[in-house]
Amino acid sequence: MTTTTLFRGIALALATGLGLVATPTLAANPFITVQSTTSTQNSGLYDYLLPKFTADTGIDVHVVAVGTGQALKNGANCDGDLLVVHAKSAEEKFIAAGYGVKRTNLMYNDFIIVGPASDPAHVAATKTVVDALKAIAGAKAAFASRGDNSGTNKKEIALWKATGLDPAKDSGTWYRETGSGMGATLNTAVGMNAYTLTDRATWLKFGNKGDFKILSQGDPALFNQYGIILVNPAHCDNVKVKQAKTFIDWMLSPRGQKVIGSYRAFGTQLFHPNAPKG
Amino acid sequence: MDNGFLDAFRMLARFDPDLVEIILLSIKVSFSAVAVALLLALPFGALLATWPFPGRRALVVLVNALMGLPPVVVGLGLYLLFSHRGALGVLEFLYTPTAMIVAQTVLVFPIAASLSRQVFVDLHAQYDEMLRSLGANKWQILLTVFWEARRSLLTVALAGMGRALSEVGAVMIVGGNIDHVTRVMTTAIALETSKGSLAFAMALGIVLLALSVIVNAAVSFLRTDNGGAVHV
Amino acid sequence: MSEPKIIPLHSLSATDTPDVVLRLSDVTYTRRDEKLLDCVSFDIPSDGMTAILGPNGAGKTLTLRVIAGLIAPDSGRIDMADGLKDNMALVFQTPVLLRRSARANLIHALKIARVPRRLRPRQADELLALADLLDLADRPACALSGGEQQRLSIVRALAREPRVLLLDEPTASLDPRSTAAIERLARRTMRLGTKVIFVTHDWAQAKRLASGVIFLHRGQVTEVTRAPQFFDDPQSRAARCYKLGRLIP
Repeated sequence: MTTTTLFRGIALALATGLGLVATPTLAANPFITVQSTTSTQNSGLYDYLLPKFTADTGIDVHVVAVGTGQALKNGANCDGDLLVVHAKSAEEKFIAAGYGVKRTNLMYNDFIIVGPASDPAHVAATKTVVDALKAIAGAKAAFASRGDNSGTNKKEIALWKATGLDPAKDSGTWYRETGSGMGATLNTAVGMNAYTLTDRATWLKFGNKGDFKILSQGDPALFNQYGIILVNPAHCDNVKVKQAKTFIDWMLSPRGQKVIGSYRAFGTQLFHPNAPKG
Repeated sequence: MDNGFLDAFRMLARFDPDLVEIILLSIKVSFSAVAVALLLALPFGALLATWPFPGRRALVVLVNALMGLPPVVVGLGLYLLFSHRGALGVLEFLYTPTAMIVAQTVLVFPIAASLSRQVFVDLHAQYDEMLRSLGANKWQILLTVFWEARRSLLTVALAGMGRALSEVGAVMIVGGNIDHVTRVMTTAIALETSKGSLAFAMALGIVLLALSVIVNAAVSFLRTDNGGAVHV
Repeated sequence: MSEPKIIPLHSLSATDTPDVVLRLSDVTYTRRDEKLLDCVSFDIPSDGMTAILGPNGAGKTLTLRVIAGLIAPDSGRIDMADGLKDNMALVFQTPVLLRRSARANLIHALKIARVPRRLRPRQADELLALADLLDLADRPACALSGGEQQRLSIVRALAREPRVLLLDEPTASLDPRSTAAIERLARRTMRLGTKVIFVTHDWAQAKRLASGVIFLHRGQVTEVTRAPQFFDDPQSRAARCYKLGRLIP
């Protein structure tokens, strides 16, 4: 091969590269963008549910999975057509600010506290989640917090508030804020034998459990409600109202609700549909 | 360790369409980004090397410093720009491969500019007087130096390719890691890690590494297999 | 190093000095308070070979670079025959070759010299033959020996058919055989009608080649003489000492 052919080859590669830039992605179907909490993606719900929706309606769904806090912010910036999130009071603020049209209950599951099997703070012996957190704080046992303003993080902060304790002042000692997503926080917790609060769906599908176990569950305070919100087209003129509404209607319909309820992992139902009937 | 490791290689062996799609998108995005970055950075590097203008030293220091630009910062900056509420929102680049190409171009540009500048400085010092003594004009000197630099510039391209293929922070933010749309190797690895599928994530990492090895091997093959190996 | 300033060039009038191709008058070049060239003045005749001779550090190479226009002196005046400014070629002490074959190096130089494309291969081969390098035409230039590289550099400089060829210590690091080959090439070049000016610190080489000698010492010209005279009986004290291999006071 001569040097000339080499550089013709490179020129060709460059041209191809540029051609690729110009080529739009093959989008046969119209699509909508969903700003979503990570648990619904990490649990595999979308992989299970979206092909069925697309088959029914011919609409593709692009899921951007981020923490609820960021999903709300991205929605306020009009970078999505609808949201699937789980932090009710923040969602209501979002609506009140005019960023979203309407918030509807979609489904729920619950939060759990997981920790090492050795359970140094004896969390398994507590009855309520408030007692569980008090036990952890009392023992100064390591606790990994999301620390990322996500739905789970907001829930955790609310639960600490109920204990009357302020773990933030111990941040960096036993209370450790990872500032990352649920999965990353679980990896960190397992790595340093720390308790953490997680949603059940992410936990069940999580592949790096080590010797960790569920140590606190079932308290009504651990209820985890997911909501679905249409981004306000009056605020964001790029919102694909028709397709986004089709998605919301489908998710809330008996058909969508049945699909959500039928998603199981390891024999356990991960999300419980609870859209208002009718 | 679970068998996610083997799963990944089984997927690869049977050309699992999802995995192939992710690999191809990685290549497409990073190749395009490196191509665009080189197109802009090489003339810029040549300019910095050969054209004295006020503030050149400061610009060189700046470009060198930008080699260490954190991908997350680039991602965030471009998100603010490409967001529908952002200055360039009308382009509708956000959550598309184009946005990812732009992000990686921004990351590769300083590397390509800085390294190529050094190549041009060295070669210019070596050839400038000789070519002038032969009667060459500035333009001929520039073209000759460019041509003589071609092999070193290939290494510059490889360094850029390495940066583009390996970064995750920027493409995660502006691409959104959307399945079948903007999911590339690195964001897939990040996702699998967050799912706790560490073995699977690691296997994807090895595939990424293999990809990088293949690109480098191909270039090294081209570099030597041209009868000019002794020139290098 | 900063870009050389434009040297004020003055044409030598042909009627005035028909046999002088180049004249330096009071050329001075100072760097860091040291006068590297101190009022250097000489005429160079338009035929034969002129040696710029002197010990290391005398300013020989600097003088050559000033002549070639690569360095602008601080003061002084350089007069050249009409059109000579663009009709000189310089060969450096260390060959600087492009990373391609010997022939391709020449073709590149011919291209810069604006030789039409179809004529380039033949002229390249003629130049290779002149340097006895035809057998090595397709070798990568950097795979040639030091002497072969230097010969290639010399014929490459001839690509633009210069009226004056400047050689800077062309045999400084070569063995006797390679040196002889270079000297042969220099004589051939001269016979083809090109004026050759070369820098050397080798007394014997100057004696073998030169028809005229300019002796430099510490940035000053101590002697400008015709060769037989100079080599028999150098007039300046510096040149006499140099001839005897003594330290010059």
